[in-house]
Amino acid sequence: MVSLLWLVPTLPLLGAALLGLLAPGPRVSAVIGAGSVGASAIIASAIGISWLNHVPPGHVFVQNLWCWISLPGFSAKISLYLDPISLLMMLVITIVGFFIHLFSTEYMAGEDGYSRYFAYLNLFVASMLLLVLADDLLVMFVGWEGVGVCSYLLVGFWFQESANGYAAQKSFVVTRIADIAMLAGLLLLAVKFGTLSIQPLLAYAAAAWPHGGVWPETAAALLLIGGLGKSAQAPLHTWLPDAMAGPTPVSALIHAATMVTAGVYLVVRTHVLFLLAPVVMEAIAIGAAATLLIAAFAGLVQTDIKRVLAYSTMSQIGYMFLALGAGAWSAALFHFLTHAVFKALLFLSAGAITMRLHHEQNIFAMGGLRTKLPVAFWGFLIGSASLAALPLISAGFFSKEMVLGAAWNLSPALWAAGILGAVLTAIYIFRAVFVVFLGPAHSEISGAYGVRIVLPLAVLAAAALTIGWLETPWFLGGHAMLSEMLAPAVGDSGERGVSAIVPLAGIAAPFLGIAIAYLLYRRGYWHAQAARAPGFLAGALRSAFGFDALYDLLLVQPFLACVRALRHDPVDMFAVALEKLALTLHRRLRGSQNGRIRRYAAWLMAGSVATIAILVFG
Amino acid sequence: MTAVFFVAAVITLITTALAITRANPVHGLLNFVLSLLSMAVIFFTLGAPFAAALEVMVYAGAVVVLFLFVVMMLSLDTRAARREREWMVKTVWVLPIVLVAVLGGVLARVMFFSPGDDSAPTVITPQEVGAHLFSGGIGAVELASMLLLAGLIGAFHMGRK
Amino acid sequence: MISWQMPAGLAIALFLMGLLGLLARRSLVFVLMSIEIMLNAAGLLFIAAGMRWHTADGQIMFIFVLNLAGAELALGLIFLLRLRARLTTLDGDAANLLRDA
Repeated sequence: MVSLLWLVPTLPLLGAALLGLLAPGPRVSAVIGAGSVGASAIIASAIGISWLNHVPPGHVFVQNLWCWISLPGFSAKISLYLDPISLLMMLVITIVGFFIHLFSTEYMAGEDGYSRYFAYLNLFVASMLLLVLADDLLVMFVGWEGVGVCSYLLVGFWFQESANGYAAQKSFVVTRIADIAMLAGLLLLAVKFGTLSIQPLLAYAAAAWPHGGVWPETAAALLLIGGLGKSAQAPLHTWLPDAMAGPTPVSALIHAATMVTAGVYLVVRTHVLFLLAPVVMEAIAIGAAATLLIAAFAGLVQTDIKRVLAYSTMSQIGYMFLALGAGAWSAALFHFLTHAVFKALLFLSAGAITMRLHHEQNIFAMGGLRTKLPVAFWGFLIGSASLAALPLISAGFFSKEMVLGAAWNLSPALWAAGILGAVLTAIYIFRAVFVVFLGPAHSEISGAYGVRIVLPLAVLAAAALTIGWLETPWFLGGHAMLSEMLAPAVGDSGERGVSAIVPLAGIAAPFLGIAIAYLLYRRGYWHAQAARAPGFLAGALRSAFGFDALYDLLLVQPFLACVRALRHDPVDMFAVALEKLALTLHRRLRGSQNGRIRRYAAWLMAGSVATIAILVFG
Repeated sequence: MTAVFFVAAVITLITTALAITRANPVHGLLNFVLSLLSMAVIFFTLGAPFAAALEVMVYAGAVVVLFLFVVMMLSLDTRAARREREWMVKTVWVLPIVLVAVLGGVLARVMFFSPGDDSAPTVITPQEVGAHLFSGGIGAVELASMLLLAGLIGAFHMGRK
Repeated sequence: MISWQMPAGLAIALFLMGLLGLLARRSLVFVLMSIEIMLNAAGLLFIAAGMRWHTADGQIMFIFVLNLAGAELALGLIFLLRLRARLTTLDGDAANLLRDA
């Protein structure tokens, strides 16, 4: 069974090729598009079940596909590496991906470029699977770039609007800058060790490099920058809110559940290297805390429902990085799992709302949708509960508890940031819930939901409620099924006992947040804040503390100034000067061709006289 | 002998100077003829009677006569004469004189710094010339006749309407 | 007693006069005549050389110079006539169609 692993990334790739080359009609596109990912999901699930029944030796399965590069100093093979980490990621990508594809078949019905959409989406799934299943960092980089390209293509899907094109460019350029750093890191590792095959590389690194030495710090820092860019963490986070210009299922799949977690996956996969770089680990933790707070504050003042969710994604991935900074790899992966589920649920619910409201995305233009759109309401509510980590009923609670526990063990200050973030999370998401679903209706509703909309929402909602029980904390039974599965790959997750403050605060925080959100809602504060022009604080928060403006000032304006200065191609001026010189000389010399024979005779004579004089006197 | 030489030299110089400064081409040519005739005298004093004869017969008698025929054919009128005079302004002589002076200086230097031979001039008779010409210089004679042939054919071709 | 330098100096003077006429005169008749003066002067120089070296070679060269002058003049005069027929003037400066614009 597990030898069918190669089919998992190949089927979506084939789907993408077929859709891209043939561009069939809507029905066929839907079947190929959703079907290829569905087939991958089935095979992946089968592999998962067979894994649980009969774990391969060493908890690793490698499937070699072919040899790519074979040079004296370096070699790379394309092979698929299945261990608990990549198994988990693969299951999430294919299963959640399948439901999102199913949702898309109805959401995107009637759009131009239907087959193009599914081609890109399939290509994305194939690239993401290649990324997580790669046995070699170079192959992973191929997948990394592939998802970046697909993100660009999908964010700019409605390219007829130039704003969408710019948003796509922005996402691509920012992640590209990060990718350059990552490539530098990969080159460093390749040069030092002659291979980028992950397991041998990590073994060499652990043997050759000292803990806290310059090389591991540098390599880890470079790889981290790449991960930060892809995962939209500060300071490379500015692209994610604008990437909401793409279709909502795209936001669900790429910018919530999968691509933005690639950075988390990278760190977990190469955690041996990161363990050698304590400075980088500290930086990860601090940066993560900063990001989650920045994003949470920004989410408080957004008016576009998708932007609220985008900042929420940024914030939650900050939690994952916080866990990584604390060395709690299993916690990070658990939070990834629950986040994928509830964030996809939230985005799909938001999509379900907007598709009935003529694509109105301003939450203050919505209202009273609790009774009008019950499916969307329950989906969004369950997703919000999970996001806010409501105790026991939501999956988010369990994973966030694990992350906060790891943060406490690292540093109480970071834990405090995490708890503050949790309160803010509850505030902003329930602000959105109350504004959208309660109160009087401001917009009219059209259309109806088909089963392809309702089914994914239902499945994801069920998962968002139950999946948390995979890993219960010590005070609820301590059944650490996920950690046990992941342990062989990540080492001991270091589950230590924490003081009682942590779970108590963790239970109280969401309630506190919901209460604050509700009170302010009742007082009409949210509506009033949205209605008046944003003051300095609100403006700063809305733009997530002005990183865009900062980058514009520091990077874009100098670049444009250089472009303007070099517009007339000063380097070319040298060649142009030569040309002008030649022409000037030509014009001067032309004057001597005046056709007058006396002049010619005179010059001839002068030349002859000069020659004779030289011969005589020289 | 020397006196004859000097007189003839003076006449040559004067008539040549006149020849190049006349407005009327016929006048110029007639002066040229005179200079050629006095040149023949000079040849004679230098012990080259054959060259002197040739100078008169060929140069003065054929070349310049040909020149005169053509000039007559041009039938230049008073307008042409006036134009000639207009063209001969003083300023036009300046630069040529400079150039000529430079060349003159160079040639003079060459001449005065070469060793001389003060032996008496011997007369080279036509017989000697002929003997030399048809023994050692026969190749050059053939080439010269070919040159004349080329000139003949060219003149014939170019002159046809 | 005439040393060779006197006829040589005379030849030089005549040559220079011919050159002067060539450069300064605008009418083509005088240009051709000046060429003849120069050739004649060259011939005189050859004769002077023959006198100096006591050989017949000077006169032989003079014969060839004469030869050359004759052939060249024939063609030159034909050119003169053709030019006159085309441009209706003997002005050397009028024949400037080979100029660069």
